[in-house]
Amino acid sequence: MGVGIEVTDLNAWYGTNHTLQDINLKIPANQATALIGPSGCGKSTFVRCLNRMHETNPIARVTGTVLIGDLDIYNDAKPVEIRRRVGMVFQRPNPFPTMSIYDNVASGLKLNGYTNHRVLDEIVEKSLKNSALWDEVKDDLKKKSGASLSGGQQQRLCIARALAVDPEVLLMDEPASALDPVSTSKIEDLIFQLKSQYTIVIVTHNMQQAARVAEKTGFFLNGRMVEFDSTHKIFTNPTDKRTEDYITGRFG
Amino acid sequence: MVKVQVPEIRVSRPKVQIEPAAADAKRVAEPPFAETSAVRKFLLARGNSAIMDGTFHVLMVVCGLSIFGIVILIASELVLRSDLAWSKIGFSFFYRAYFDPSTGLPNYWDPVNGHFSAIPFVYGTLVSSLLSLVLAVPLAIGVAVFLTEMCPGILRGPLAFLTELLAAIPSIIYGLWAVFVLVPLLREHVNPMLVKWLGWTKLFSDDNPTGLGYVSAAVILAIMILPIISSLTREVMLAVPHSQREAVLALGATRWEMIRMGVLRNARIGIVGAVILGLGRALGETMAVTMVIGNTPEIHRSLLANGSSMAAVIANEFAEASGDLHRSALIEIGLALFVVTIVVNAIARILVWVVTRGTPAQAH
Amino acid sequence: MRSKVRAVTDGAVTALAVLATLLVVTPLVAIFVYLIYKGASSLNLAFFTQIPKPVGEAGGGMANAIVGSGVLLGIASLIGVPVGIGGGIYLAEFGRGTKLANAIRFTADVLNGVPSIVMGIAAYSLIVLPQGHFSAFSGGVALGIMMIPTVCRTSEEMLLMVPHAVREAALGLGVPNWRSVLSITVKTASPGIITGCMLAFARVAGETAPLIFTALGNAFWSTSLKEPIAALPLQIYVYAISPYDEWHRLAWAGALVLIALIVIAVSLVRYVTSRGVLKGAS
Repeated sequence: MGVGIEVTDLNAWYGTNHTLQDINLKIPANQATALIGPSGCGKSTFVRCLNRMHETNPIARVTGTVLIGDLDIYNDAKPVEIRRRVGMVFQRPNPFPTMSIYDNVASGLKLNGYTNHRVLDEIVEKSLKNSALWDEVKDDLKKKSGASLSGGQQQRLCIARALAVDPEVLLMDEPASALDPVSTSKIEDLIFQLKSQYTIVIVTHNMQQAARVAEKTGFFLNGRMVEFDSTHKIFTNPTDKRTEDYITGRFG
Repeated sequence: MVKVQVPEIRVSRPKVQIEPAAADAKRVAEPPFAETSAVRKFLLARGNSAIMDGTFHVLMVVCGLSIFGIVILIASELVLRSDLAWSKIGFSFFYRAYFDPSTGLPNYWDPVNGHFSAIPFVYGTLVSSLLSLVLAVPLAIGVAVFLTEMCPGILRGPLAFLTELLAAIPSIIYGLWAVFVLVPLLREHVNPMLVKWLGWTKLFSDDNPTGLGYVSAAVILAIMILPIISSLTREVMLAVPHSQREAVLALGATRWEMIRMGVLRNARIGIVGAVILGLGRALGETMAVTMVIGNTPEIHRSLLANGSSMAAVIANEFAEASGDLHRSALIEIGLALFVVTIVVNAIARILVWVVTRGTPAQAH
Repeated sequence: MRSKVRAVTDGAVTALAVLATLLVVTPLVAIFVYLIYKGASSLNLAFFTQIPKPVGEAGGGMANAIVGSGVLLGIASLIGVPVGIGGGIYLAEFGRGTKLANAIRFTADVLNGVPSIVMGIAAYSLIVLPQGHFSAFSGGVALGIMMIPTVCRTSEEMLLMVPHAVREAALGLGVPNWRSVLSITVKTASPGIITGCMLAFARVAGETAPLIFTALGNAFWSTSLKEPIAALPLQIYVYAISPYDEWHRLAWAGALVLIALIVIAVSLVRYVTSRGVLKGAS
């Protein structure tokens, strides 16, 4: 089951560029939270701070505290431990090109040293079912390479891969931006189903998408979080003038 | 508060409803894994593998540093083992020779009587290498120009492949071919013509019936370094931005003027680098030269005479060196070769890098 | 008038460039044709199964030299492949953009230009001199050291072709870095790395100079690492400068075997790099 996230005074730099400034928010457990804003506003950097992926770039730097459940991820744990609890789905589908579909899904466990094949079989099946890919690939799980699937299928494979390690939080960085409308709608349906079990944070540049899948929405602008509230409130009656301008399409 | 106009679709299911997707949506997600706790427990129990990561990182750094290690190792071994020659002969090894008092002729290299001077080898190396550059550079640039600017697309692949292959042929095979094909050819047909037409320069005299010598060495060296120079020149020319060519063409230039002003002028530093790299190869080339240069430690004005080179004398005499001083002198020649090739290659790399930086290496 | 001069110049230069290309291609094609012609007519089963006959006797082969080359290359690969790949991993995965990595890359390129005979002297004074005898081991070490810079640079290039997204995917799953590098990045680039190693392998397979005073050569069977050992290029050298026709014949056959190995390696590398290291990865 998912856990909540509490972010306090989060600041992030990319070189000398101050990409995130004083972010404070509480992301509720077992719901979908959407982050919107014009490109370059820091929303992607923000989710990458939640599983410490931001710091994989040598010139990146972070300060502040992030609590996932009751774990202070920047002080009480190493990045690999955090990333095992916080799954991530990237903007472009990135299955491992040398692995079969089965191995792609099992990779998070196998590469961490898990060897029980009976359990692996079960987990692969369930993860693929939960990502709505099972019916399409069940016949050639070990025959086909993950890279041989279509773009939308690849992205659902990546979701299955993230689900297989049974994460508490699922981060999605514009998961549908590289996909066609049909695949996009499948991904949105998936988010809709999964959010009862996982805490989902989804970055999107597509406001309708945020409105369709998320309970809560945060609006980012120039590295600051302008407003964070229930999705309904953000889209019908925002407090801040800048949010209003953005969602009515007056800029960005 | 301003009431914002919100389009009606905002908080609703997607308009694009696709049937299979909808069917999927209706299916409630599977309940959480029965093994949830097992998997999670397992992952939580895994350490952060900081020790493995640290060890791995250090190992890879050590592998990277081994490159420096090799250079230091070679340098220190060469310095250490040539110590005897340094102390007995000193730096005059490279410029002073022993003159036989009875004949008044120089006796450069006489291991039996303990006379050692590197002059004939340095001379042979320089003459054969420079001569090979004279032969190879115009041809190499011609080939590079042809390949980048004129070649029909269908020929480009095979020619590039051939060039690559030639750079990979071992020098022993070039040497073998030179001994049995090139040298007889030069001896029978080319050398007599050189003597006939250019004999007046006294650079070509017909007193060497073997056909071995500086010219043979230079020709085989030219064939060997051509692929290196032309493929690097080609890379440098490809790195010249297209806009440069277009700018010159837009002024109404012919193709040659475009190549000369738009391409060669911009790439000239890199081309010099490619030539120097070729020189580096020629200076250190061992087997092919050893097989055709004649291996006599003498200096002759005639380019058709037998000579020797730094690498050739090491290859020839090292295994059967007649004593410690002989071996030490050979190692000193090796050290000189090492230092010179390091410097030459470093200069060449820097020049090529200056031109190609910023453009990713072309996969040919 | 001027435009006419310009047009003529243009034509002349084009003709010269074509001529240069023909002039270059001709001897090269000649080498190949001659090699195949001479080598193929001398290759037979005995070449691969027999050791050299004494001077004056017909027949014989280079079986001992082929096996010897195998032994030398085995030692060389044991040294050159792991260290070289490790260096490539450092350059591509850890040191990217750092001054140290740039210095290593530069030094590796420069080291590639150092004459192989100098490597031979280094191996000689490092191993042969202290041990007091020529040996297969010292020859293998000389070749192994030569492999390192080549393998290092090709591995780096191949690893850099692996998309960043694939690395991120592995890190995002909480896979430790060492595991992610070995099981994901290196594995993805492995076809390229393997062919790169083959290329380095083929290059040192033809090296003669560093073996003259390390492995020395041997007219008889020997696979002992402590003894002098025969090697294909060494044997070709000895036979080529000998005065016997029978030996010349064997030298050509040996050269053909050597060149076949190299052509295969170069073609493989070309095939892999033109196809891209990975299929389907974006």
